[in-house]
Amino acid sequence: MKDLKCVVWDLDETLWDGILLEGDDLQLKPSILEILSILDSRGILLSIASRNNFDQAMEKLKAFGIEHYFLYPEIGWGAKSVSIARIQKNLNIGMDTILYIDDQPFELDEVKLAHPSVTIIQAAKYQELTKMERLTPKMVTEVSNRRRQMYLEDQKRQSAEKEFIGPSQDFLASLNMEFKISLAKEEDLLRAEELTFRTNQLNSTGIHYSYDDLKHLVNSPNHHLWVCELTDKYGSYGKIGLALVEVQEDAWCIRLILMSCRTVSRGVGTVMLSFLMKEAKSAGKLLRADFHRTDRNRHMYMAYKFTNFIETQSNENRIVFENDLTVIQEYPPYLKIVTESIYSIEGGDVI
Amino acid sequence: MMDEKVARIQIHNFIEEIIDAFHDGELKDSDNIYDKGFVSSLGAMRLLQYIENTFEVQVPDEDIHLKNFNSVDSMVALVQKLKGDASNANDN
Repeated sequence: MKDLKCVVWDLDETLWDGILLEGDDLQLKPSILEILSILDSRGILLSIASRNNFDQAMEKLKAFGIEHYFLYPEIGWGAKSVSIARIQKNLNIGMDTILYIDDQPFELDEVKLAHPSVTIIQAAKYQELTKMERLTPKMVTEVSNRRRQMYLEDQKRQSAEKEFIGPSQDFLASLNMEFKISLAKEEDLLRAEELTFRTNQLNSTGIHYSYDDLKHLVNSPNHHLWVCELTDKYGSYGKIGLALVEVQEDAWCIRLILMSCRTVSRGVGTVMLSFLMKEAKSAGKLLRADFHRTDRNRHMYMAYKFTNFIETQSNENRIVFENDLTVIQEYPPYLKIVTESIYSIEGGDVI
Repeated sequence: MMDEKVARIQIHNFIEEIIDAFHDGELKDSDNIYDKGFVSSLGAMRLLQYIENTFEVQVPDEDIHLKNFNSVDSMVALVQKLKGDASNANDN
């Protein structure tokens, strides 16, 4: 079972005792403050799906001093399954990483029927949440601690994007984005491990690498482990992608490349790939790449094909691509690229 | 049978919508959209999903190639080919 990324709460008789619309004297359930704080510090996202008046419910959450915990709260009169779908879309996470908690069996069933992969739990069991293994990530990194903050920055970006009239490339240019590629250092490895576990769409193999695996690879003379970081005028997205390259006699082989789905809409999906192509070419090598097909990573397959990688071996869902590097896609014009190049100084500032 | 003219207009409009370089309305159906402006991997993915959803086709691996997606003309041809393959299969 996958780790859960988000807990969606019902309000009445779940988060608090009593019913807001009936004018009850509401009390948060015992230990709720502690539970919210623990989940938040683990990098678990929190949201709300409640049938209530939005302003009234938000006012109450503010009065309890907990409104800041909840991202994209869905408070209204629609079906809970629709609320969950909106939250899922806004957070851009898998349905199978969402847990929904409610006191009413009807609501739980309705959500389960519409979204079978959502985990549901009865409100009475709320004290068990912090003990659930799937809500206890194996690693808590700097990014986990800041995850809610980063989604809040995203919310700001999205509303700025909605207000921006004009072509989206002009909008992207207005963000002053800087994309920095560097060789991984030891302090990057926890986050790198986390990325291999959490990233599904732009992920070439889906192979999980542990901290120790990565530490070994960083010290291996036959491997390069690259990480990339994106910043814009709202702040840093943190380390959002990595590439593991094995140095072979005639070629570099990309054993894994992945980019966090949070930043794909920023048009940075293939920047790392372009960088590796430029580097390999400067080193006088071909570029090979492993691809393991999963039910989520067609986007990555397409990225390889569209950047002129040719399938040289194919065995069911395992493919080896090769690229002779005669054509290399340029970097997006709206991005400043900063690289720690080993071989080339082409196409970016060298640090 | 698929109406080729309708497909052409739909694809043309979709590209104008997602790719900024063509907002001035100068997109010719033969233009290579990758030469005209930067197409991100997400833009390419959206094109693929748009074609599959709108025309109810499944684009197989061997057709996922830049040359099938680099202009309105090539995408119309791809859809026609896939639609043709499907109706042949149904006849059998």
